[in-house]
Amino acid sequence: MATTRDYDDIPGTYVFDGRRSQQGYHLNMFCMSLNAEANRERFRADEAAYVDGFDLSPEQRQAVLERDWLGMLQQGGNIYYTFKLAILDGLSMQDVGGAMSGVSGQEFTQMMIDGGRSIEGNRRVGESAATSGSAGGTP
Amino acid sequence: MTTVVGGIGTSHVPAVGAAIDHGKQDEPYWRPYFEKIQPAREWMAAQQPDVCIVVYNDHASAFSLQLIPTFALGVAAEFQPADEGYGPRQVPTVQGHPELAWHIAESLIGDEFDITIANEMDVDHGLTVPLSVMFGEPDAWPCRVIPICVNVIQYPPPSGKRCLSLGRAIRRALDSYAGSDADSLKVAVFGTGGMSHQLQGERAGLVNAEFDLAFMDELVAEPDTGCLRPHTAYIREAGSEGIELVMWFVMRGVLDDEVDEVFRMHHVPTSNTGNGLLILQNARGRAARRSRGPSGP
Repeated sequence: MATTRDYDDIPGTYVFDGRRSQQGYHLNMFCMSLNAEANRERFRADEAAYVDGFDLSPEQRQAVLERDWLGMLQQGGNIYYTFKLAILDGLSMQDVGGAMSGVSGQEFTQMMIDGGRSIEGNRRVGESAATSGSAGGTP
Repeated sequence: MTTVVGGIGTSHVPAVGAAIDHGKQDEPYWRPYFEKIQPAREWMAAQQPDVCIVVYNDHASAFSLQLIPTFALGVAAEFQPADEGYGPRQVPTVQGHPELAWHIAESLIGDEFDITIANEMDVDHGLTVPLSVMFGEPDAWPCRVIPICVNVIQYPPPSGKRCLSLGRAIRRALDSYAGSDADSLKVAVFGTGGMSHQLQGERAGLVNAEFDLAFMDELVAEPDTGCLRPHTAYIREAGSEGIELVMWFVMRGVLDDEVDEVFRMHHVPTSNTGNGLLILQNARGRAARRSRGPSGP
């Protein structure tokens, strides 16, 4: 498997390829388990104990318990899986989008109403300061 | 043989389904979108398709990372709305068409398109929201549905070219269908997902309306060129989740080479998404000309 890809220079983007899928399998399958109401109840009752039923790395476990949405992506999480945890918390995609890009959910919602994040300056790392960081960076 | 009454390209934004389910269509945020799509609903009501083939992607509902079929065809008599974490959407059960679905499966595989066959498959917002967009809130969906689920979550999704080829292979299957209801069967096909959006990372919220409109132009007029767009171009220009747009090429492939554009709508935003809706019909007066049929009248 190639170690670099031609999309690696797209800023603030974690393409869920085989590299990330290997890293995040158990994290994502933990999130998947939250599709079942019985599991949601167990998780709500004791988050740490429930998470310990999955083979997560210490970093993944911490990101889940701290709701570090960007950290979960950096640890191999896929947004469609990690969003199941956000649903459980009653968060919207704007709340999570804001958390990942360093603004409030309200500010993020307003950015969307204003037409969304512009493509200009956001095609390649280093093109401009329009995003708050490159892939792997922290806002 | 069946009659293809049209192709619909539409986003499948979960928040649109939630707005319908929770009666928010008249709120200021939502009213402009629902007003814009009204002509599309009227077109759909006039067509009265018997079967809708809905090409969509599952979002960690029926499938997970445990098993990742690139293309899966639902052959069941019915499909239940999936629990995506909120409890299932309160929308009607989706009725399948096993006879036609099995014919498509056999035809595709005979045609060297080795599709996964699904007898049990809950359907999530990727499939039910497009039905809500086009049909509103009926007590029962007014048509049968054949789900075709495409992996676009685990990278890499299939290429646009492969999706266009799948659509053409489905069309050959529709043309050769000889089931009990074949003479009168009207079929519509949906390609869903997109348009530009990125849900993840620091670049979340990306929308590129210019890309979306150019994509629709190319899909209509130059599908054999448009389908060659590399995955990285979608991710870069239309956002990491914009790559769902490859599924619109399946819809395009079911239609003739020459199509008429019946309706187009683009609206920003619905949730985090550039929302598009496009309706195409086989070009009038050229009914005999098919994508892979005889070369002309």
